[in-house]
Amino acid sequence: MQRSAISFVAKQIALGEPRANSQPSERGPAGNSIGITFENVEKRFGSLVALRNISLEIRSGEFVVLLGANGAGKTTLLRMAAQLMKPTTGSVALTGTGSKSEDARGFIGFVGHSTFLYDEMSAEENLHLFAQLYGLSDTSARAAAALTACGLSSRAGSLVRTFSRGMRQRLAIARALLNEPRLLLLDEPAAGLDRQGLAWFGTTLERLRAEGCAIVMSTHARNESLDLATRAVSLAGGRIERDSSTEGNPTKMLAELRSAQGGEA
Amino acid sequence: MTTSRAAAILLAKELRLEFRTRELLTTTVIFALVVVVLFSFAFEPTAAESRRYGPGLLWIAFLFAGSLMLNPSFAREQSNETLDALRMAPIAPFAILLGKMLANFVFLAVAEAILVPVFAVLYNVSFSGVTGRLILVLGLGTLGLVITGTVFSAISAHARMRELLLPLLLLPILTPLLIASVEATASLLAEQPELDRTWVAFLAGFDIVFLTASWLMCDYLLEE
Repeated sequence: MQRSAISFVAKQIALGEPRANSQPSERGPAGNSIGITFENVEKRFGSLVALRNISLEIRSGEFVVLLGANGAGKTTLLRMAAQLMKPTTGSVALTGTGSKSEDARGFIGFVGHSTFLYDEMSAEENLHLFAQLYGLSDTSARAAAALTACGLSSRAGSLVRTFSRGMRQRLAIARALLNEPRLLLLDEPAAGLDRQGLAWFGTTLERLRAEGCAIVMSTHARNESLDLATRAVSLAGGRIERDSSTEGNPTKMLAELRSAQGGEA
Repeated sequence: MTTSRAAAILLAKELRLEFRTRELLTTTVIFALVVVVLFSFAFEPTAAESRRYGPGLLWIAFLFAGSLMLNPSFAREQSNETLDALRMAPIAPFAILLGKMLANFVFLAVAEAILVPVFAVLYNVSFSGVTGRLILVLGLGTLGLVITGTVFSAISAHARMRELLLPLLLLPILTPLLIASVEATASLLAEQPELDRTWVAFLAGFDIVFLTASWLMCDYLLEE
């Protein structure tokens, strides 16, 4: 198993390898391009309006950073993109999947506030379970490869409840990347990661972006992965306050937002 | 991936978690045994009384055990929002429900396999000669219990007072199933044991109707 895991890691490291050969591509989309479109989306929780009139199109290869104060609507937006929540009005559509919504979920990776992991199962069992549910081939090798990539191979057999916050977060990220997502949604993903973890995370994001994966990340903290962003969207009170793609000078706005984030951190 | 394959994967996960933590089985079996043993001391029933009251008592023990077992079924998916992780997987939502139903059926069947021989000894009742028919009745009754119980466990999982809400929702719905189960079991314990086909058909119909309803509504049941 170790040998097949090593060969799998080696294959993954070979950047530029055509994604068409990967498992998710075998299951669905005609090409590599997956995006997401929000049209006049409003989301209410009782009397509270979490999102108001959101229209946003995120294309393949874009790395969008969602910025905004607590309660601005970032998490709600990401949960809708992950198909976990339906809008009260308006529509959220995945573009380019060429498959029914059930199968389309197989092309999304989501790192949320929770780890989405079973505490009473080992790291390897968790990854193996989700690899099976995503219909991936060679699940044991994939789980082993993911553990090696996130630096947890030595704790593969340990129960998740014995992990530190940072280790859980690494595993949560590894789980979200198992299916080689074409749309990666990240809600404060760097929380709890140490320098080594941040470096691994940054490298992974860089590789995914180069491969055409659409990435949407909400963050408060200043970290290296912000530098990879190609677009910044700022939310306030459930509305889009600023969007670097619609401003006259997107690079300038992105730089402004980055420096503002840097000041907050 | 087919629904049955996804449900089998989730069943294996449920069994692995249960046999590691033994949260549900231990509580359920002990509780049901206490009920049966206490009643046997309270009544000291004769064989005739056991035939008359036994089936009701047996199904009350199963019902209480089932209620205890079904409550944490979805609630324990909430600690790390693992239900969301399952909902994000490219599987039919019904597979999540079906996996839970199968797991609950296995757990309750194990509890019943322990409880029925104890009941037979304490209440001086013999199931010899009707074992196959008894398994059929217990199987259909238990299936109905876990189908409705799992559905209502999913509904009440997000509620703040879910421990109270589940029995409140479940008991009225289960009344017809319990009557049919008790009557079908009683006919097997009679001096001239026979399988009451009317009640068995009712049990099968109940299971089919509620399984179909849960399949049709599973999108809404698991929605946030």
